[in-house]
Amino acid sequence: MLAQLLDSHAIILNYPAKDAEDVIRHLSQKLLESGYVKDSFAQAALSREATLPTGLPLGGEINAAIPHTDVEHVIKPAVALATLPKPVIFRNMVEPEEEVPVRLVFLLALEEPKSQVAMLQEVAGILQNPQLIQRLTSATTVAEVQTILAENEAS
Amino acid sequence: MSKPKVVLVSCGTAIATSTVVAKAIEESMRERGIPVVTRQCKAAEIRSHLSGVDLIVTTTPLPDNLGVPVVKALPFLTGIGKEEVLNEIEEKLREA
Repeated sequence: MLAQLLDSHAIILNYPAKDAEDVIRHLSQKLLESGYVKDSFAQAALSREATLPTGLPLGGEINAAIPHTDVEHVIKPAVALATLPKPVIFRNMVEPEEEVPVRLVFLLALEEPKSQVAMLQEVAGILQNPQLIQRLTSATTVAEVQTILAENEAS
Repeated sequence: MSKPKVVLVSCGTAIATSTVVAKAIEESMRERGIPVVTRQCKAAEIRSHLSGVDLIVTTTPLPDNLGVPVVKALPFLTGIGKEEVLNEIEEKLREA
C-alpha cells in the first residue's frame, strides 16, 4: 500500500536539509511536480507544522516527522520520503514545547480517511520498528527503499 | 450487552493520526471486551463534538476544562508506552 503511494520521484535520500521548512518545501515540490498536490500544499503544510507540529520521538537515535495538511490542498494521495544525514528540529506533536531532532520525514498528501487507513497504519508500523527505521535511514538508493518497504508489507 | 462507549479521537486534521488511533482503539478495546464507537475531529473544533462523548484521545494539545477525560495518544504512533496508554484508556472507559 505504502510502496504504491510512495512516488519514486519523491524519495529523497541523504538530503542535506537546512531545517524543517527546507525539507517540507523540498518534498512538497516533488509531489507538486508529479501532480499529487496543489501549489498551496507546501505553505499549508508549513502553517500546519507551525501551529500543530508532527515530530514523533521514537525512543532511539532516529526520530521521525509526518508533516501533512488538509485535504483541499491534495489532488490525489501520495507519500514523499526524505532521509537526512543530519537531524533538523521539529516539535513534538503532543508536547509542542519539546524539540525533536528528526532524520526521517514522511510527507503525507492525504484524502478522506477511510481510503487510506491501511497506508497510515503501515507508516505507524514502520515508526514502531527501530530496525526498519535504521534500514530506511541507511538506504542509499530508491530501489533499496522500495525493497525494504515491499519486504515489510509482505511480512 | 452494554451500550458502546463513545471515544472522540482528536488530531490536527481529523484525517491522519486520528484515523490510526481510532482503529487501534477499536481493535484493542474489542479484545478487552469493551465495546466502543469512535468519532474523529480536528483539535480546533473539539468543543462542538463533545456531546455524548465518554473519553477524548488526542495526538495534539487540547484546552483544559473540556469536561471529559483526556488521554494523550502518541504511543499509538510511536509504539512507546502503548500498553500503558491502552490500560489507561480501558480504566477510564470502565469508569465512564
